[in-house]
Amino acid sequence: MVDTLVNFGLGALVLTFVVSLYGIGAAVLGYLRKQDNLLESARHAMLLTFPLLTISVTMIVILLLQNHFEVSYVSQVTSRSMPAYLKVTALWGGQPGSLLFWSWLMAIFSTMVALRDWSRDREFMPWVIIVVLVTLTFFLVLTVFFENPFARLWAVQNAMGGEVVESLFRPAGATLFAPQDGQGLNPLLRHPGMLIHPPMQYLGFVSFVIPYAFAIAALITGRTDTRWIRITRKWTLWAWLFLSLGLVLGMRWAYDVLGWGGYWGWDPVENAALMPWLTATPFLHSVMIQEKRGQLKRWNMILVILTYDLILFGTFLVRSGVLSSVHAFAASPIGPLFFGFIALTFGVSVYLLTQRWDALHTDTQMTSWFSREAFFLLNNLFFVAILVIVFVGVTYPITTEALGFVGEAFPSVSHIFTGQKVTVGADWYERATGPFWAALIFLMGVCPLTAWRISTMKSLGRNIWKPTAVSFVVPVVLVAVGMRNWLGVFAFWLTALVTAVTVYEFYKGAAARSRRNQTNFFVELWKLIGRNRRRYGGYMIHFGIVLMALGVIGIEMFQTQTQATIGLGESATLGEYDITYDSLAEFDTADNRNVARAVVSVYKDGDRVGELYPRRDFFYESRQPMTIPGVRSTLGDDFYIILVDWQPISTQRATFKLYHNPLVNWLWIGSFVLIFGTLVAAWPERENEAVRTAAHETRAAVTG
Amino acid sequence: MEHLDSYEEPVGNPNRAKFIFGGLVILAAVVYLIISSTRAGAQYFFTVDELMARGENAVGTRAKISGAVIGETIDYDAESLTLRFTVAHVPADNDLLEDEGGLAIALHQAVTDPNRKRMEVVYYGVMPDLLQNEAQAIMTGELGENGVFVADELLLKCPTRYDEALPEQSEG
Repeated sequence: MVDTLVNFGLGALVLTFVVSLYGIGAAVLGYLRKQDNLLESARHAMLLTFPLLTISVTMIVILLLQNHFEVSYVSQVTSRSMPAYLKVTALWGGQPGSLLFWSWLMAIFSTMVALRDWSRDREFMPWVIIVVLVTLTFFLVLTVFFENPFARLWAVQNAMGGEVVESLFRPAGATLFAPQDGQGLNPLLRHPGMLIHPPMQYLGFVSFVIPYAFAIAALITGRTDTRWIRITRKWTLWAWLFLSLGLVLGMRWAYDVLGWGGYWGWDPVENAALMPWLTATPFLHSVMIQEKRGQLKRWNMILVILTYDLILFGTFLVRSGVLSSVHAFAASPIGPLFFGFIALTFGVSVYLLTQRWDALHTDTQMTSWFSREAFFLLNNLFFVAILVIVFVGVTYPITTEALGFVGEAFPSVSHIFTGQKVTVGADWYERATGPFWAALIFLMGVCPLTAWRISTMKSLGRNIWKPTAVSFVVPVVLVAVGMRNWLGVFAFWLTALVTAVTVYEFYKGAAARSRRNQTNFFVELWKLIGRNRRRYGGYMIHFGIVLMALGVIGIEMFQTQTQATIGLGESATLGEYDITYDSLAEFDTADNRNVARAVVSVYKDGDRVGELYPRRDFFYESRQPMTIPGVRSTLGDDFYIILVDWQPISTQRATFKLYHNPLVNWLWIGSFVLIFGTLVAAWPERENEAVRTAAHETRAAVTG
Repeated sequence: MEHLDSYEEPVGNPNRAKFIFGGLVILAAVVYLIISSTRAGAQYFFTVDELMARGENAVGTRAKISGAVIGETIDYDAESLTLRFTVAHVPADNDLLEDEGGLAIALHQAVTDPNRKRMEVVYYGVMPDLLQNEAQAIMTGELGENGVFVADELLLKCPTRYDEALPEQSEG
């Protein structure tokens, strides 16, 4: 049984590898010999990757579900007592499985690209196939030759007695070895957020390969107009949505599971996921300038290349063990391979870009620094500035160690370049990137009101004075009710400004139409959004970001905390909240946990508002405890309790840590608005492109 | 289409100098923020040996230290949230760790070797879930004058016990 499953899965995996190699070869040959049937064959090879890898993934999932611990990977990430859904998620709970999963998601996109209508873009096809399949093949090489999830455990007899080895194929004289039970999934990963966080993150990563592939195809073929951007516009939006969701779900997981009252720790792995987002977001904006004004062509190429390589870099950081981090996988031989592949793709991309540098000249000049395109450029530069800072921070330990030779060569600066590893913490990132985040939010407010090509202070002033006046209500009220945190007041004003501008934009557009057509305002609002989905979807995303910013401001600037050791029936206080410690129970569960669960009553301003159950689970299999906070969430704040310690025998006294996190829920609410906005902008058009082009021509004929 | 009013004629020459100037200002801001933040919040990454070698000079320097936790020294007072434990020196270099047979074995050797340099650590806060014998502790803080390292951030890593557990299982 095991043999059949392993053979099927491994066979399909190896076959995908062979098919991908064939696809690359056929695409190259087909291009060189100008043979369409070879190109078609390459496209079919790409089409096959998803079905083949689906077989492989299905086999490993069955192995996981059926507790086949003879398979080394299965015994590492599952155990008998785990529920079925966790056994499925164990697919991405360890290095080999997650690489296979990555490849599988990549194959979804390869197959989707293979299925698209290529009739208008034949010349792109060989190059898109090559880029996509080379990327997929790289991951398949890692999966097949270095981190194979189908490796089995074998008991070997030798001179030293018995030994268990891990191997894909049966060593001479060995018998299959099946441990009694597996080690189980890391308790930290047993959270609903973990069901969807890695898939979203990986989807965001792999879907960006597609825009990159088209960009490279455009560079090679010299078809450097906006065609590649128009093709990949929707791909990019979806990819961006997945990347953003991956980040938000990761935050939520950290908030719920890591039990420190925060959501973002500037950990190297978090930064690794953030960096591609920091180039993808400006890319979404700057492609609009290329479409509308024919500018920033080189810049767009640079951004898409950077995004692709930052995605590889992120995957490399997580997997190589170069940097210590809470969620890094163990050190692995695949590190150097990753490094080589990043260097190769980056080198080739930059070479191609320099070859086409002159062809990528701008069609029109930027006429004024006071125009929408100039503000877009500024937004781009701010994002890249944050990227540079984060990159410097992530690589600080590596660069400071490597730069030691400078100090040795020039003794006068040896106190700066000591060669000693230096790291930077969360404070460093917050301090260094904070001003740029604030500036970006401010631009989000002003940008929609500026005109293309050139704006004047007068026109901007005419547009902006109403929303600005409204936005000042917020700081005035805040100061009136006694807030004296001036940075906080400023931050709230910024969010109010952007909100006011965004709402005003919707209102202005719909009101004008409603006046002109003498129709209902809301009907016109609906039509307005429907007709300019990218624009108004974008504004909704902005609004979502502002709501998220509210949550960030709340928790970063106004979080309070305290800790207390109290006996049964006693109370502790944090701000307007009081808690009393009612009881504590310890019990074993069916899935091999020992749970210590406290019952705490929460009072707000003296009124009882509910009970919370902070607890500590001890996992017997992995001998690892896990702290699960008790959280009371409202729109205004979260009250978050951690059970720190308790006297095991008497259970008379226990220590709690209390956090008050104002506004933090807006972080999650805002992310839903962001998803909704992206869906509005990215949802496929009902009428297809051909029909619309025809309609345009008819109209042109009539007016002309 | 964009419907914003007030369209004026382009002003002829692009103000290239203005854009370059703007770019330079942003670059300067990035450099300034990196340098000033580094002065305020950078931490040296030391091993226990390296910190001890610096002796007096190390007192008061923000540092990040990696060490192997010695289980029997863990002492936690939940009333005052004071956590004390001792760590033994482990190499920081990945290659050195590989030479010793991987992180798990390196940590085991560090804890059992009485000749290793050791350092006392005190941390005020919640006891981390993963603090246990032969875990790798990554501590951020500074060395006090009494030779005790005062950590304000404590990260722990436990290598999988898988490789060690296997031989036992196979004998049975």
